[in-house]
Amino acid sequence: MTPLDKVEGRAIPFGLKNVDTDVIIPAHWLKTTTREGMGRGAFESLRADPDNLFDRPEYKGAPILIAGDNFGCGSSREHAAWALGDLGIRVVIAPSYSDIFSGNAVKNGILPVVLPQQAIDRLMEVAETDPVFVDLEHQTVTTQYQDRFSFEIDPFRKMCLLEGLDEISLTEKSDAAIGAYEAKLDADRPWMRPAA
Amino acid sequence: MTRPRTLYEKIWDAHVVEQRADGTCLIFIDRHLVHEVTSPQAFAGLRASGRTVRRPDLTLAVPDHNVPTTPRLDAHGNKLPIADPESAAQLAALEKNAPEFGIRYIDAVAPEQGIVHVVGPEQGFSLPGTTIVCGDSHTACHGGIGALAFGIGTSEVEHVLATQTLLLQPAKTMEVRVEGEVGPGVSAKDIILHITGVIGAAGGTGHVIEYTGSAIRALSIEGRLTVSNMAIEGGARAGLIAPDETTFDYLKGRPYAPKGADWEAAVAYWKSLATDPGATYDKSVVIDAADIAPSVTWGTSPEDVVPITGVVPAPGSFADPSKQTAAAKSLAYMGLEPGTRMQDVEIENIFIGSCTNSRIEDLRAAAAVIKGRHKADNVKWAIVVPGSGLVKAQAEAEGLDRIFTDAGLEWREPGCSACLAMNPDKVPPGERCASTSNRNFVGRQGPGARTHLVSPAMAAAAAVTGKLTDVRELMA
Repeated sequence: MTPLDKVEGRAIPFGLKNVDTDVIIPAHWLKTTTREGMGRGAFESLRADPDNLFDRPEYKGAPILIAGDNFGCGSSREHAAWALGDLGIRVVIAPSYSDIFSGNAVKNGILPVVLPQQAIDRLMEVAETDPVFVDLEHQTVTTQYQDRFSFEIDPFRKMCLLEGLDEISLTEKSDAAIGAYEAKLDADRPWMRPAA
Repeated sequence: MTRPRTLYEKIWDAHVVEQRADGTCLIFIDRHLVHEVTSPQAFAGLRASGRTVRRPDLTLAVPDHNVPTTPRLDAHGNKLPIADPESAAQLAALEKNAPEFGIRYIDAVAPEQGIVHVVGPEQGFSLPGTTIVCGDSHTACHGGIGALAFGIGTSEVEHVLATQTLLLQPAKTMEVRVEGEVGPGVSAKDIILHITGVIGAAGGTGHVIEYTGSAIRALSIEGRLTVSNMAIEGGARAGLIAPDETTFDYLKGRPYAPKGADWEAAVAYWKSLATDPGATYDKSVVIDAADIAPSVTWGTSPEDVVPITGVVPAPGSFADPSKQTAAAKSLAYMGLEPGTRMQDVEIENIFIGSCTNSRIEDLRAAAAVIKGRHKADNVKWAIVVPGSGLVKAQAEAEGLDRIFTDAGLEWREPGCSACLAMNPDKVPPGERCASTSNRNFVGRQGPGARTHLVSPAMAAAAAVTGKLTDVRELMA
């Protein structure tokens, strides 16, 4: 996973509420056995409109997406995070996310920034003409004007993003603890193993 | 004395392998369900890193999303080829990956095949008090038997395959209490649609919802699975219903459920899981069962719920400006005008199926409405897709298949089907579908498809009249 610290550039002022992962990447794009090339299907129904936001020259390859409440709700498909990553998006800024989407985003080096609606409204305005700056180390979103918004992030997620950590390697360090848990479970509740 | 705990807290506490300084916990996973769509990249990852599956005995794989619902065997019992090469490749990948990694596998033509969330409880693989994950958000379903069950992404699928654990932050707790008795024609589906309308699509974000109250206790396991299934539509990470005698009666004797003395020990443990008196939730919602009508969605979010006796709302009727924008977009997509009576909305397609509503009780409810009647002429496409091969066999033994086919509905093979349109079962652009599935998202049932979420009985009623209909009017 590519580490992430500072991201600056144009931010797509998308802003819609309850955007589900079916909208981010429709199911027919899920018939694949790889993670690559999902960007072509990203926001397909919206991009059918020739004047859509995502394909405007100023937002091509923009690293930041500004969205509304409950972004990434619905299906658990990680393909949504792969599709955003393939579009070049490294940061999403929204008032809230579905739990599954925000987890998937972090595992793919995409930072889900949570800011209140008021801050979102201001950033949407700035994004029309100017870049947005995101600093994960200092947990801030700023603009070239006087705007400075601080955001909270779970320390574990922050570390994973800053260091580009592979969670499986990290968990493998707990191999002995997992083994001890399994042994205790077999002793205390042996019926937990599938009977057949 | 220990602090009173909720059902969620008890299951969570029993699964903590390690707690880290920042509060993140390494949680043991008791059951891992795998299907063909969200697993190929995880298996590829294991291969690339030279890893194996830590606990193949706790893993069960079954294809469901891509499988066609048309016959899978020819007259000689040979497997028929799958027309779509991409679907065929994905199914072939699972068929190859499962034995290579030593995982239990139910083949697409096996009698037990079905939707993973129907198969798990039906096989007794899903048990109360366990942690269950699957690369599918409707894993929340298994909360209906009292399991802490949630959907995960493909990276987490790989993580569970390799380590049998997940790194998680504890969720907040929410109680949704439904008290009283529901009226005639009101099913578990109406209860959860109503709840979703009340709490909103993000109402449960960050929370695990425990459904309590007399109306929930009165539900069968099929009904409880329906309710918990759609916990995710209210934004919750998982749903939970405390296991009780109804749960134990359902699970006893199922293939993977504990047997003999193990069964007695298991039941004793499960009985200890109920939320303690005096335990508190971070958030609580109380709903009067008498307020719940047969319900239907009008928009493109599962929170867009009205009673069947209601009308399409005007965007301006919502207080939140962003909801006004969303509602206007939804109505444009759905081709609906504010003020239109829901019962005047004509329907061309009917889908009875999905992990929400494809169990035997759902098919019985639909058949009871449709028996002796015929689908309306304007209904072009109406399919009934049982949740598993075992549900299908049971329905056929009861003669339900004939009731459907005599009425002009198609009787299909088990799978996810038109719920998400990955297989050939799609709703054509611009057409409406009364669907017993769980999501009315833009393009969910096919590009341009317009979905109205309803219960099985309501879908059957719509099939008969050709428009959204109050099923109570068809009940003698």
